[in-house]
Amino acid sequence: MSSNSDVVLLGEDLGRDGGVFRATEGLLDEFGPQRVIDTPLSEDGIIGTAIGMSLYGLLPVAEIQFMDFAYPAFNQIVNELAKFRYRSGGEFSPRVVVRMPYGGGIKGGLYHSQSTEAFFIHTPGLIVLTPSNPHDTKGLLLSAMRCPDPVIFLEPKRIYRTFREEVPDDDYTTPIGKASVVSEGSDVTLLSWGAMVQTCNEAVALASKENISVELIDLRSLLPFDIESILRSVKKTGRLAIAHEAPKIGGFGGELAAQVSERAIDSLQAPILRVGGYDTPFPYSLENQYLPSSSRVLKAIKNLAGY
Amino acid sequence: MSIQVDFSILFKSSRERKCLRWIDRFLMAELLHSTNMLQILKPNGEVDRKLEPRLTNDELRMMYRYMVLTRRLSEKLLSLQRQGRIGFCVDSSGHEACQIGSAFALSPDDWIFPYYRDSGMCLVKGLSLKEFMDHTFTNEEDACLGRQLNVHWASREHHIVSSSSCVAGRLPHAVGVAYAMKYKNQNDVCLTSLGDGSTSQGEFHSAMNFAGVWRAPIIFLVENNQYAISLPLRYQTASQNIAIKAEAYGFEGVQVNGNDVLAVYKATKMAVEKARAGGGPTMIEAVTYRMGGHSSSDDPARYRNEEELEYWKARDAIPLFRNYLTRKNAIREEEYDEIVQSVDEELTLAIRASEKIPKPALSTLFTDVYSEIPWHIKDEQDEALGVGGQ
Repeated sequence: MSSNSDVVLLGEDLGRDGGVFRATEGLLDEFGPQRVIDTPLSEDGIIGTAIGMSLYGLLPVAEIQFMDFAYPAFNQIVNELAKFRYRSGGEFSPRVVVRMPYGGGIKGGLYHSQSTEAFFIHTPGLIVLTPSNPHDTKGLLLSAMRCPDPVIFLEPKRIYRTFREEVPDDDYTTPIGKASVVSEGSDVTLLSWGAMVQTCNEAVALASKENISVELIDLRSLLPFDIESILRSVKKTGRLAIAHEAPKIGGFGGELAAQVSERAIDSLQAPILRVGGYDTPFPYSLENQYLPSSSRVLKAIKNLAGY
Repeated sequence: MSIQVDFSILFKSSRERKCLRWIDRFLMAELLHSTNMLQILKPNGEVDRKLEPRLTNDELRMMYRYMVLTRRLSEKLLSLQRQGRIGFCVDSSGHEACQIGSAFALSPDDWIFPYYRDSGMCLVKGLSLKEFMDHTFTNEEDACLGRQLNVHWASREHHIVSSSSCVAGRLPHAVGVAYAMKYKNQNDVCLTSLGDGSTSQGEFHSAMNFAGVWRAPIIFLVENNQYAISLPLRYQTASQNIAIKAEAYGFEGVQVNGNDVLAVYKATKMAVEKARAGGGPTMIEAVTYRMGGHSSSDDPARYRNEEELEYWKARDAIPLFRNYLTRKNAIREEEYDEIVQSVDEELTLAIRASEKIPKPALSTLFTDVYSEIPWHIKDEQDEALGVGGQ
């Protein structure tokens, strides 16, 4: 924001309150109300006006307070933002970064916990990113703000307060479309993203105690996704598990499984297993039972290793 | 038994206060607080001298020519559609005064977010007939590369912004552009038009609300043509009229006769000047009538009667303006036929040229989804084009 006066932030409670997760704390004082805009409580208004600001040359970073509140703005994201460049033959191509805290684990109940990344991945025209750690959050956010295409930037809210890490002060970017290999392994490939990467890390540690070597890949960029890194790993291990918080049916794990099957069926020595949230709405009391645990991920790893 | 309370005394004082804010700047400020519809032209060609805008005869002639062009264009498009030469069209007949009057009040740097019936508005804003027809025929020179239904014009050069078919989606975009104009200290304004049906959408509320809170330099032009496809206005709102809705958002709404091109021009001009002076948004409800169907796919005989159409034909915008021009000696009698003739020739040439241009190449199906084609779409493009032998 200091280096580019076209950058504006808009959303609910992000100025005076610094955001409900404090992600924008202090920015109102530093940059003023013209650039850090506390909007009316209206998600379609936030995304719709952000699109307009961008058409006139601003670079808006819009915040949807919780991903669960994106539905009032669904038309603006899916029908407008995603399709502008295409439908106008490139005459108008809005660049908007839409930040959305997502996922469970904060005792937020049904409407503060969902992971609906698949809706946006299913919408041609959108880039969908989700970091799993502070370092990538800065790097991916800078990439998103420099990206000429609209970006859905998903922030795993469970790790806002549970993951601390020093982040370099200098300008660096994390590339869009590149996965990160969190830990190398040779028996099973485990694919995940967002807050689930932490859970998967625990599962990898548990598996290593049982002498199963797991290669954990943090996808980071959900669309476009890094098919090369996935295939390289699967060809090495021959076994693939995919873990995400979202309900399994229609979840992005199914698409990744299909992509791998189409391209590397000969390398597979076992069925691809998915570990997901249950195919129910997100519960309040039984949140910890709903969220895929490290023991459920471990179970899938062991099933694959013993297949 | 219903209990009625007369709140008018309260309203009156607040209206007067609002009025006083502008009265110094605009002699006509009382218009914006009048509950009566603004009209300048009378059926016999007389004009309200107090309100008559100062336009030269050349400007008046140009306005009239654009109105005729817009009407003849609609007729030609319907004929092309019925012959199977284009897939779809929308009839603007009845809307000429709304579109030409409003667009004439704008400057080249102002932005418009037109709706699918606004052919005339786009032409006045600078879209050439060639560009218009390329879009109509969705050929390879169409700015939108044939990707949209052919009534969603887009031109960055002329600041005509692409719209979706979800009717109110563009309204918050227009407010965002207006915010950015203010942020960048540009003296430009934004105008978005919409039909009466769009005022029922949630995005209408959001856009009006944001515009009011931000005092954005924007004009909402509601072309109230009495119908949203088959449904008369009373199915959309129980409100006394549409203009009054602006008050709830904290800015002025004015109702004008949408068949009176001078009234639409005047109201838009005032709203534009107000927006440029930092006075924020205005809603203009231009009351008109959709003389044709909703689109080439619609048969209005299913839901409305002939008498209604006759009533409005007698109030048609084009003869109303012509009476004024004749009385004012702005156009000589013999010139009227010449105008129709030259407009028709221009249309015929444009149609002939655009119809010959081929449809977009298959490869364009895959471009502009993103700034660069990502690998997964490239794979599909290669497959569709038979590259790589998958």
